[in-house]
Amino acid sequence: MSARGMELARDSRGTPRRGMRRTQPRGGARTLPARMGLVLASVVLLVIMGMAIAPALFTGFDPLATNLPAALSPPSIEHPFGTDQTGRDVYARVVYGARSSMAIGIGAAGGAALAGLLLGILVGLAPRPVGTAAMRGVDVVLAFPEFLLALVVVAILGPGAFTIALAVTLAAIPVYIRLARAHTVTLRQAEHVESAMLLGIPRAIVVARHVVPAVAGSVSVLATIGVGSAIIASAGLSFLGLGPTEPTPEWGLMMSGGRNVLGQAWWIAVFPGLTVMATVISLSVLGRALRRRAEGRAT
Amino acid sequence: MSGIDVRGLRVVIGERTVVDDVSLRVAPGECLAIVGESGAGKSMIAHALLGLTPDVATVTARRISVDGIELRDADEAAWRAVRGARIALVSQDALVSLDPFRRIGREIEEPLEIHSRASAPDRKRLAQAALESAAMPDAASRMRAYPHELSGGLRQRALIASALVTAPALIIADEPTTALDATVQQRILQLLRSIVDAGTGLVIITHDLAAAAHLADRIAVVQAGAIVECGPAARMLAAPQHAHTRELVDAWRVRPANRPERVDAPVLVAEGLTKTFAGAGRVVDDVSLTLHRGATLGVAGESGSGKTTLARLLMGIETPDAGAVRLGEMRWNPAPESARRPARRRIQLVHQNPRAAFDPRWSIGRSIAEALGAGGVPRRDRAAAVTRALEQVELDPALARRRPGQLSGGQRQRAAIARALAARPDVLVLDEPVSALDASVQVTILALLERLQRETGVAMLLISHDLRVLAAVADDVLVMREGRVVEAGATARVFAEPRHPFTRALLDAASLDADAPGPG
Repeated sequence: MSARGMELARDSRGTPRRGMRRTQPRGGARTLPARMGLVLASVVLLVIMGMAIAPALFTGFDPLATNLPAALSPPSIEHPFGTDQTGRDVYARVVYGARSSMAIGIGAAGGAALAGLLLGILVGLAPRPVGTAAMRGVDVVLAFPEFLLALVVVAILGPGAFTIALAVTLAAIPVYIRLARAHTVTLRQAEHVESAMLLGIPRAIVVARHVVPAVAGSVSVLATIGVGSAIIASAGLSFLGLGPTEPTPEWGLMMSGGRNVLGQAWWIAVFPGLTVMATVISLSVLGRALRRRAEGRAT
Repeated sequence: MSGIDVRGLRVVIGERTVVDDVSLRVAPGECLAIVGESGAGKSMIAHALLGLTPDVATVTARRISVDGIELRDADEAAWRAVRGARIALVSQDALVSLDPFRRIGREIEEPLEIHSRASAPDRKRLAQAALESAAMPDAASRMRAYPHELSGGLRQRALIASALVTAPALIIADEPTTALDATVQQRILQLLRSIVDAGTGLVIITHDLAAAAHLADRIAVVQAGAIVECGPAARMLAAPQHAHTRELVDAWRVRPANRPERVDAPVLVAEGLTKTFAGAGRVVDDVSLTLHRGATLGVAGESGSGKTTLARLLMGIETPDAGAVRLGEMRWNPAPESARRPARRRIQLVHQNPRAAFDPRWSIGRSIAEALGAGGVPRRDRAAAVTRALEQVELDPALARRRPGQLSGGQRQRAAIARALAARPDVLVLDEPVSALDASVQVTILALLERLQRETGVAMLLISHDLRVLAAVADDVLVMREGRVVEAGATARVFAEPRHPFTRALLDAASLDADAPGPG
């Protein structure tokens, strides 16, 4: 039976476990490198949030002040990220750009999560045929990439900072509907929900007490990762010139502005790009850690 | 020597000794049952016999000899040559252990591919022969079946065939009948016995003393990793020496309790209940019952007999196709939910899985407080009432702050009972309330239910596949089969003189008397 023995002795990840489950710490990061990654991600996010809230603490330069004699200077002590074509400090512009990116990211993900939560729970509680029909509609929308959907919304509403936020929000909603609905359908049949109904507690109260908080928990975890996708989407739209216009400091717009001089002055586009990357990766690391914790709690 | 000979086996994980100085010998044609409660270390012994202990465990022994091969210091390669060829495993859950994407025949051939040079047609022939010796009906065509196409009993036979195919000297069976119904269990036990009689050694790991009684020549009782008593099966069961063996045997005896005759007002009356599900046919067929205040009615039957659907009809979760349920003076089912809701608290359900009653995100105390609210306790009195509710079920009130996942199975079931009673119900429906628990914990939960019934006068409907449980607490029993009531009466009468052959078969399966005829 040795082959089957080995099959029996493998866990879902395919690592041999020889008949017993290895103990795992509950939730959070499992290994030392992963834990350090989590710490690093939290530090990056704290810094970015600090920049968004009080940019003046991070730089003495005015992001809009031009200084033509110093144009296109490479990174130096005075200008750590260099200067752009009109001599503006790239570091200061990255710092001041944090606000709009984080605002759009958090606003869009939060709004989408909230809308998705409500719609998803409603669809999940609806009678089966209604719910199934609604989900087919959601599936059709989900078949399109989020970015493409956002592009369509901007095409209809016209460019601008606010339209971008709205477009990114609308495009992200279907994912949350799907998640919220799936969780609601499971909970609806869960024995503890049935137990509460059997106490004679009205359905609306049972839903409010036992369904909404649980679904909100799993949706909010996904929303953490969603902030990252929203930042990428909004930076992408700005890059295409559909968002805020010059001279507003915005990461996507800055990358777009530096793209033509990438050969002579790589720093103009690269530093905002690295900032977007660091932010999104950090959000993703944090979101995963939160999800592991939530899963650890659920079982 | 042939067979298996283990001396001084010790398994240590970290600081903990999980198997402590275990010595055992099994000769060809002999069956040893290793019996104990969950966590006693039975499975770890079985894994050590197969060289499958976890990496973190340190295994030491003076001797581990399998079929004449010394394996004390064997490396993985040496174990691999022995495992499946000389010593084979039959595991508990055949649905999990069989590859869902592979036909039964291929599954059974696999050990031959690894351990023999037999040609493909020979392997096929041997696999089919193994299936036939596992008494698989229609073996030739079942070779091409997938696991999901077989019933639980047939899957277990396929698993046994895959152990038999290499003609091992020894088979280790880890809870081979636990997931099966009593009557199917009996047939698998008979099959295992015939394999032993044909000359194979068998070690069966089980918590089921009745299974051990029917199958084993010798029984070893394990407690805290050590064998506390070992001897011939009949002697062990008739005259247990060690206190723990006595405890296990006592917990297992089918002994109808002598309960005082008392007839109070009926609180729950069901008449002619019938329920048909599309695809499953008539799941509950013309069932009538009456439940009296302060009394317990037991419902016995195997899986698929309609017990759980009956409970759901009584609870007003399902609507019957015919028949009706009255709760006290009230028309209960069928009835509009709006009329039923205010009275819902009067009939409460305790699930088999005690986690079910609790929202995993809520503390135990908060869940009990919710039920107290439904029972009409004002908000400001609830904290004190939660403490009383937990004390009533003999739990430490400090547990109120814990999450359901932080309690043991027994504690959770007590908390679930506390929650059900917090609504001050007239009727408690208990669906397999103790079948997930160890025998010794079962006894304490059943004693608790009896005490609570005396104190509160609640009427109980207790559903169980386990006759010992019903014998302990039920005043009357119904025996269900395929949705119908085949026998009903006072518990003592039904157990002493069963009238229906099915009742007799169930009683024999649960009996510790090895000579009791199995069901045909």
